[in-house]
Amino acid sequence: MPKPDDKQLQMILEDMVIARTQAGRLWNLQRQGQVGTIAPIDGHEAAIVGAVHALETESDWVLPQYREPLGLRRYGAEVLDTFMLYNLGHPAGGHIPEPIKVAPSQISLGASIPHAVGLAWGMSLKDEPGVVLVFFGDGASSEGDFYEAGNLAGVLKAPVILFCINNQWAISTPTHLQTAADSFSSKAEAFGIPGVTVDGNDPAAVYEAVFNARKRATSGKGPTLIEATVYRLGAHTTADDPTRYVPSDDLSAAQEKDPVHTLTQDLKNRNLWNDTKQNEVETAALERLDEAFERAKNTPLLPNSLMDHCFVSDTSRQLRQRSMLMDSMGNANE
Amino acid sequence: MQMSNKVSELSMLEAINETLHSEMARDERVVVLGEDVGRNGGVFRATEGLIEKFGERRVVDTPISEAAIAGSAVGLAMAGLVPVVEIQFLGFSYQAMHQIAGQIARLRYRTQSRFEPQITIRAPFGGGVRTPELHSDSLEAQFANIPGLKIVMPSTAADAKGLLTSAIRDPDPVLFLEPLRGYRGIRDLVPDEDHLVPLGQANLVKKGDDVVIISWSYQVELSKRVAESLEGEGISAAVLDLRSIVPLDIEAVTEIVSHCGRAVVVQEAPETGGFASEIIATINDECFWSLEAPVARVSGFDVPYPVGMLENLYVPDETRIHSAVLKTMESG
Repeated sequence: MPKPDDKQLQMILEDMVIARTQAGRLWNLQRQGQVGTIAPIDGHEAAIVGAVHALETESDWVLPQYREPLGLRRYGAEVLDTFMLYNLGHPAGGHIPEPIKVAPSQISLGASIPHAVGLAWGMSLKDEPGVVLVFFGDGASSEGDFYEAGNLAGVLKAPVILFCINNQWAISTPTHLQTAADSFSSKAEAFGIPGVTVDGNDPAAVYEAVFNARKRATSGKGPTLIEATVYRLGAHTTADDPTRYVPSDDLSAAQEKDPVHTLTQDLKNRNLWNDTKQNEVETAALERLDEAFERAKNTPLLPNSLMDHCFVSDTSRQLRQRSMLMDSMGNANE
Repeated sequence: MQMSNKVSELSMLEAINETLHSEMARDERVVVLGEDVGRNGGVFRATEGLIEKFGERRVVDTPISEAAIAGSAVGLAMAGLVPVVEIQFLGFSYQAMHQIAGQIARLRYRTQSRFEPQITIRAPFGGGVRTPELHSDSLEAQFANIPGLKIVMPSTAADAKGLLTSAIRDPDPVLFLEPLRGYRGIRDLVPDEDHLVPLGQANLVKKGDDVVIISWSYQVELSKRVAESLEGEGISAAVLDLRSIVPLDIEAVTEIVSHCGRAVVVQEAPETGGFASEIIATINDECFWSLEAPVARVSGFDVPYPVGMLENLYVPDETRIHSAVLKTMESG
């Protein structure tokens, strides 16, 4: 069924509430100087979680940008654990363990779109089941990588889902300065692939769009571009002050359509959710985040990691630099 | 496997083509992608016959999209395949630079080896064949400043086979640069069987006692000719072919420079920030006190690679290398 049933909607809401709650805690941790720059998820939960719930975690890859990791809980607890290492600036934050099919956060906007196309293409060359879903934003869609990769995906009929979250803002740049096109999904026409726009505040609509795109991809018909329209309810990142450019009326109107509140209300009205459940989920989400944070803080960090994993084995010059580093550490300890 | 010592005389281009055939036959994970690599067999015919033998699933004509070619190679590697990418001319790699520098070279480091970039990027470059703009630029030093990327630059057909084989089998990303002038201009004896030259091992192609000419790629060919002509002038010049600039064979450089006490570094790239500067800094670090004269360099000029009618003035030739050696012999 392309529509999520009530049980799935409960699971989707649970993941959305967890993501929102944990994002709030992360924001505070950043303000306390305990973690690095964070991109809040607020307003994007239905788009991210709804999409991920339409995937098969055992066969399908997710290539996130940097805002999505808190919404990927369905892919396993290690996603959060690794994300916390990433937020601390620990090198292990880039290594989500096997066999989880999630790539680490991507900072270069649009750069993972060709990766997704190549990965999907490679999977089809190896006759492996599954699809690749790559997240990017309205701003990233202006990058050359989007056009080159979208074009290549169309030619190759790669089993990839190009998932554009249009949150109306690329930091401070509104969508009308990003493109003169009627929609971001309309760009699919130039790739010769279907493009659909869905209400990204409606997880059922997102689920359905991804479900259909997945079905199309796995049946060999190729990629789909999905534009999920949402509104960024928070700052771009902890380093951003959106009051400088987001009109307060627009924000108020968007808050009326807050995806977490809307689905909560809907499920409450149908007796599929209640305040007790809400409190339980929120409490567990915070405990889980704190646990992941503690674990991350207690993960050993060796000076050697500065030099590790550049090549499989050091060049002779790297070997020398490594020993110079270790010598300087030794001197520092004296 | 029965190893024979049979050799065949091949051009560098034929050696590259043969290697691609044998590596695709050896390892079914190898896929070749790029512009015109399939039906056309590559604009220089480096990939000739591959699509007929291995099919269009493994030999793929891509759109004109250098960033998507390099970027999709990341995904192919994530899927467990071994992409061998052709960038039609190295000058076009600018369009793929963010994927090569920002993604491919960092993939292992940023994922702590969760993903392995076993990717070879082949690209022709270099002057002497009067190409249109941006076809001849020697960009190796720009790439050498990107940690995580190996850079291989053969000067013979045999090395082209041995080094390309090693590059394709190397678990790290390799930029394999092929000199345009060498494609058909360089011919030598190439082993018929499996032939591997390890990356990071320089080759002392000519022994000598008075001065060493250090170079890579096609400039090695010119340096050899100069060294031979110097014999007649009573100067014993060695020639060291670096073969790869990353990894750099620091030991080989140190050994021969210490032996000769005089060195000339030859590159086609512009002088400022070129890899010759890196060699001279290495000599400074390793064996400065064995020098009897300042190390000289012969380079292109600090201008964009010129149009065809000016090319001969730009690219180092035997005369310039020769006079640099004589000057080095006279000084100190």
